[in-house]
Formats: sequence, structure tokens, C-alpha cells
Amino acid sequence: MHPAISVIFFTVTSGAGFGLIALTGLGFPFGGGALSVFLFCLLGGGLAVAGLIASTFHLGHPERAWRAFSQWRSSWLSREGVAAVATLSLFAIYALIWMMTGDRLLWLGLIVAAGAAYTVFATSMIYAQLKTVPQWRSRWTPAVYLAFSLASGWLLAAGFGDLPGAGIWGAVLLALAWGIKLMWWRRAADARLAGSASSPESATGLGFIGKVRLLERPHTGANYLTREMVHQIGRKHAGILRRLAVLFGAIVPLMVSATVWLTAAPEWVLLAAALSLFAGLFAERWLFFAEAEHSVSLYYGNR
Amino acid sequence: MTCLPTSTEKRLGLVIDLDTCVGCHACVVNCKEWNTGGYGAPLADIDAYGEEPSGAWLNRVHTFEVTPVAAPAQIVHFPKSCLHCDDAPCVTVCPTGASYKRSEDGIVLVDEDMCIGCGLCAWACPYGAREMDPVAKVMKKCTLCVDRIYNEEIPEIDRIPACVRTCPSSARHFGDFNDPESNVSILTMARGGYDLMPEMATRPVNKYLPPRPKTNPAAQGCASHSTPTVSAPGGFLGWLDAALERLG
Repeated sequence: MHPAISVIFFTVTSGAGFGLIALTGLGFPFGGGALSVFLFCLLGGGLAVAGLIASTFHLGHPERAWRAFSQWRSSWLSREGVAAVATLSLFAIYALIWMMTGDRLLWLGLIVAAGAAYTVFATSMIYAQLKTVPQWRSRWTPAVYLAFSLASGWLLAAGFGDLPGAGIWGAVLLALAWGIKLMWWRRAADARLAGSASSPESATGLGFIGKVRLLERPHTGANYLTREMVHQIGRKHAGILRRLAVLFGAIVPLMVSATVWLTAAPEWVLLAAALSLFAGLFAERWLFFAEAEHSVSLYYGNR
Repeated sequence: MTCLPTSTEKRLGLVIDLDTCVGCHACVVNCKEWNTGGYGAPLADIDAYGEEPSGAWLNRVHTFEVTPVAAPAQIVHFPKSCLHCDDAPCVTVCPTGASYKRSEDGIVLVDEDMCIGCGLCAWACPYGAREMDPVAKVMKKCTLCVDRIYNEEIPEIDRIPACVRTCPSSARHFGDFNDPESNVSILTMARGGYDLMPEMATRPVNKYLPPRPKTNPAAQGCASHSTPTVSAPGGFLGWLDAALERLG
């Protein structure tokens, strides 16, 4: 699949933003006055909103994006939009009450946290629902999105907040997220299109005669389908990208978290871990798209 | 509404006969011609006369080579357009309601004024039936020529999809699959029409008719034809042959 930069940016940034929003709603300890509360909440909301805005860049008609709130009964993309706007609205009320009165309403915070988790889940289901991409169609896909959302949100919350020992918990959550991602990669290696129920024989129905091979594409040039779904250039550097993802997404932030815990360094150093994780997640998300194989490839002589 | 109808009154669709398709691409061209001037925005091309032409097409003909275990390979031309699935995954994923399946005749359509061009429907389609228009930036797909089949302004003989009307080898047939007496139902029954990628559980309306079995030259004992035997010519040719032989 074609890795669209806007969608990669959206899933990473919104994931972190909603992770931070969820942890705030759950009452992550945070000292400081109204201004720092405002800035803290602005970061969570801002990341989520920046991601949502970026996601409209890959639309043919961004000016019609509001229409996407209408089909929540059948469409995960629509559900995601509705959940994101509802969660952000409730979070704004939560933040406003917190700033004005200093009270953090637990019941409202819990609803906000549930909404944030559901939003990230809905994002992941946009991909996990597709039968056409066997590597995505798995329960591990929502698990990966939720785990990385929580880990990146935690590192941000820990960097700004006041939870003693938050660094070690950040390391635990990050290790858990990468454990899930390794399981996802392992499953994806076994869920290639070549090993699925679909083949050039089932795609054409000609398997009863013999082995099927594409002789000629419909047109000599590329088309929307080959650019979007038979995209292979993104896979060229898969090996190095996977190593970069693990280096910046796992090893560096884990070392930073461990250092903060062992040396009692100030918690804001964890923000360096968060930034490194973002860089690693960009590589991880790039591969999520670039390595995915779509069944339409079978009509174009590729896998 | 992107929820699918539980059933449709008619199930209009195509039967495509892989036995008679000659791969001439006339259906591809006539589809493009009709749909660039008919329903919705024109079906655009980019760099149509340049080095890298690219554009949106609703119907494309692929060509496959099929190799049996113990017989020569055969070529099968394979036209592919939207199959108007009963369980169309492209419809349910649409966030705006632009994609829908009509309850009266089962045609899957895109309301181009509501389409945001997110491309998720094209991702959800296993068959590659949907293509983004490079100029209008909305999703394009086969409409089953909805602006021909009900059009009383054109002669009755033309009230079938453009691809069916133009096919010179009668490889494409149009009709209602809900009617057991229709041409498409009878053809499907008689020739063993099948679904593409049944494992995707999309329940396509369109059916493909398999190529008829080929005669195997080896099994028929005709292999000797491949090595022509030369016998000495007689008559005028024999005289000429001998005369030239002497000169040489």
C-alpha cells in the first residue's frame, strides 16, 4: 500500500495526543497553575487536532470532510471522526473546569479517557477491517495502535507531569507496546497475500485449467490502483527502516527512561524519549503501509 | 446511507464470457467514451498524449496465461469492471454516504457531490473496481451505464451498458439475475458462471463464464503436423525444380 505521509503523521500524532488525553482524564498527577494546566491540555488536544487536520490533506476534497461524520452506523472512518470530535469537546470542558476551579472531575475524566481509547481503536479498525489486506486484518492491529498510543502519551505526560517514578512505568509500557508489535510483525510475516486464500487462480477463477500468470497488464502505464495498492517502492528499504524503528522507537527511549529512573534525573528528560519514540513510530507506520499487500495486486502480476 | 439493503428488487449485472472474449479492448474504449460525457464528472486522463499517460478507467482488460499440467498454455483475455456485489465492502466503509447500493436494482453508485476522495472504498474493494479521478478528485466506478439503461431518449437497442453494446464477439451480456428466465441467469446456469474471489465473501452479482475446454493436439495424435514432410513435387513444379537444379 502507498504510505501517505499525511496519514502516517496523523496516526502517530493523534495516537500520542489521545493517549495523553486519556491519561489526563484518568487523573495523571499534574501540579502547576492554571496557565501550565492550559498548556498541558493544549498539548494533548493540539496533537490530536494536528493529526486530524493532517489526515484531511490526503483527501481529494478536504472541504467536504464534515460529511464524514454521518455514516457512523457502518463506517469505522466515520466512527473515528465522530468519536474524535466528541472526545475533544468533552476534554475541552474537562480542561476548562480544571483551569477555572482546580477540580478534576473524575466521572468526566473517565468518559474522556474511554472516548480517547475508542477513537484510537476506531482508527486501527479502519485498517484491521479490510479483508483485502491480510497483514492488517488481525486483532493485533488495534492492540498495536492502542499500546503505542498509551506509551507515547505516557512519556509526554510523565515529562510534563508530577508522578515520581513515571519513567520506569514509561519503559514498561513501551516494552509492552513493542512486545505486541513484534507479535504483529511475526503474524504479518505469516499473513502474506501469497499464503492467503486468494491467488491469481481465485482472482480469475481459472485455476481449474491450470497455473495462472499475468501476461499483459491492461495498459502499459501505471494507474491509480498500481500507485495506491500495488505500490512497492516503499518496501525497498524495509530492512533498514525496521532497524531504525526499533532503534529510535524502542532502544533510545528505553535507555532514556532507565537513565531517568536510575539517576533521578528531572522528569522532563523523558520528553527526549517521547521525541525519539515519535521518530521511531514514523518508520514503524511507514512500514505498516508500505509492506502491506493488497489483493488487487493479483490482477497486476504482483504480490 | 452506507448500510447495505438486505435485498434488492432487481439484481442487474453482467455476464462476461471468457470463452469468446478476444481481448480487443472495444468495451474499454466505449466505456471510457460514454462515461466521460455521461453520468457525473468527466473520466479524466493526465498527460494523455505525453510520455506517461495515466487516467481513470471503469473497465480494463487484463490478459492471463493459463498453463495446464499436461497441455500447452492458453491465453485468456479478462475484462474486469465493478461486480456490483451484494455484500459490497466499498459501500459500508464509506464515511460520507457517497457510496450506496440501490435497493431497486442493486447498482452500486457514487454520489460525486458527497465524495471526499478519501480512497477507503478503493482499499476495501478486492477487485480494483474503483479508481480516483485525477482531475475531479472523486471516486469513479462502473455505473452499469445507469444513464443508458433507463434512458428513453435513446433507441431501445442502445439501452444496455456501453461495453455490452459494443462488444463484437458477444462476450458481455446484461440482465437481471433475480429473474430466472433472464438471459444472464440462463447463461450462468448453462455455462457454470462463477464468482471472482469467493473467499472475500463479497457475493458479486456479475458472473464469469469459463473458457470451454480446448482440444489437446498431442492427445488427438496430431503432433506430426509440427514437422512438415517434404515429398518430391511432380508436374510443372517438378520440371522447374529439376531445371533449376541443373543450372545451380
